[in-house]
Amino acid sequence: MTPIVSIQNLTKTYKSGLQALKPVSLDIRPGEIFALLGPNGAGKTTLISIICGIVTPTSGTVIADGHDIQKEFRDARMKIGLVPQELTTDRFETVWNTVRFSRGLFGRAPDAAFLEKVLRDLTLWDKRNDLLQTLSGGMKRRVMIAKALSHEPSILFLDEPTAGVDVELRRDMWALVRRLRDDGVTIILTTHYIDEAEEMADRIGVINKGELILVEEKATLIKKLGKKQLTLVLQEPMTAVPAELAEWNLALKDGGHELEYTFDANAERKGIASLLRRVTDLNIGFRDVHTTQSSLEDIFVSLVSERGRA
Amino acid sequence: MNAPSFNAHGVWAIYRFELGRWFRTIWQSVATPVITTSLYFVVFGTAIGSRMGDIEGVSYGAYIVPGLIMLTVFTESIFNAAFGIYFPKFTGTIYELLSAPVSAFEAVLAYVGAAVTKSVVLGLVILGTASLIVPVHIEHPLAMLTFLILIAATFCLFGFIIGVLSNNFEQMQVVPMLVVTPLTFLGGAFYSINMLPQFWQNVAHFNPVVYLISGFRWSFFGKGDVAIEISLAATFAMFLICLGVVAWIFKTGYRLKN
Repeated sequence: MTPIVSIQNLTKTYKSGLQALKPVSLDIRPGEIFALLGPNGAGKTTLISIICGIVTPTSGTVIADGHDIQKEFRDARMKIGLVPQELTTDRFETVWNTVRFSRGLFGRAPDAAFLEKVLRDLTLWDKRNDLLQTLSGGMKRRVMIAKALSHEPSILFLDEPTAGVDVELRRDMWALVRRLRDDGVTIILTTHYIDEAEEMADRIGVINKGELILVEEKATLIKKLGKKQLTLVLQEPMTAVPAELAEWNLALKDGGHELEYTFDANAERKGIASLLRRVTDLNIGFRDVHTTQSSLEDIFVSLVSERGRA
Repeated sequence: MNAPSFNAHGVWAIYRFELGRWFRTIWQSVATPVITTSLYFVVFGTAIGSRMGDIEGVSYGAYIVPGLIMLTVFTESIFNAAFGIYFPKFTGTIYELLSAPVSAFEAVLAYVGAAVTKSVVLGLVILGTASLIVPVHIEHPLAMLTFLILIAATFCLFGFIIGVLSNNFEQMQVVPMLVVTPLTFLGGAFYSINMLPQFWQNVAHFNPVVYLISGFRWSFFGKGDVAIEISLAATFAMFLICLGVVAWIFKTGYRLKN
């Protein structure tokens, strides 16, 4: 499948000497929701800003929907919509005027019917004649999205789309992003909220200190890097793990009241069933059993901290 | 759909957006310079001018009309263009311009075109106001319009540069207040530099504003402080220098993008 965005050896070193991006290569598939995760200063916004033309790369190439972002900037940029992190709006403009302005700026002929559809989809139609300065933060965020969609882009960048919005609006945004994807728009989002990526993304990229350290299908990532834990709550506390259970590499927790078995989600090497059989054979009584699975957040923290130590 | 080689919709969008901002405060935008200029006419043209003789066969009141129009055009052009580009930088909305399929030429055409429109309209409004107070005769109307548009464009480009370089609103005021206005006053807005002692006449020729005002005044009265060809050449040269700097700013992204 031909990627809709192809990034090859992209680097950015600012005048200050800060290397914001080490050589980054990444392909985004058409129609997917790609979440770019990373801590503050990891290079997420720099990467997006380069693709959108706001920051000049030091080296490397980006092809957006078949067009080089530098050599064919007009064609490339017409395909791209950007919702920046900051709520930057012209306070004294109306919703309608600012969205109409964006459509024209991106080289599209006026199309009132299309803009009406965009505003209705974002529940902004009733606010079309309101000045932006009178809107709530959530509404302004919707206006930013409407502006980005006004020229019918096939690629949409959402830089921290739900930063500072309440839970209800966040859910609305997620639903909106899914609708856009269903309409054929490829979505690349950066987020601090792991649950947001977990909820929406098809694939996940983790960037840290300007380096793309991992790109993986979300489900595969959780399966591959996720850990599962089985905890046996014992009837009688233990002082040490019996030698007969050594092959499961168990840990004693809670002052000897719990036996904890950690295993890879996709590789139950020793098997839960065999462990439970052995425990029963050894007459080790337990009152309760429960399992936990590591979340994307755990994986992310683990990846970033591992890299930090390296 | 491939992008057109010239983003006419983009240029029109910026142009209309900028004029829309102007129209929101049209009365303040027009009334302030008109009232200020009218006061100049009352004080210099009528009160003081009535005690002065003609200058090169032109009544003093009429003689200062081109200079006063230029004074307003200079300051308004700089302010409008500087504000036009500084405001998006200040609010952060510049991201949209930088990420749009708009070339450097198109952006300058739109922003400077809007600022020039405002300045030319203001210049013509002041001309109309002046003609109500003093008799104004324009000997070369086409040349007058050409000079007006060219000079407005030059100072709009200059203002655009100031807007890009400014870090705050105060810095935007520095050049118009401390450089352009004094140079205009010393550039023959209210007098002919031929009225100065020879030494100061020589010094005045280093003031670029002299050539602009002289050329504009020539279009009214058929005579100026310097030859019309030199005025025209100097005006074009200033225009091209400012255009070159603005083109370089967009090409390199200097102070616009990282």
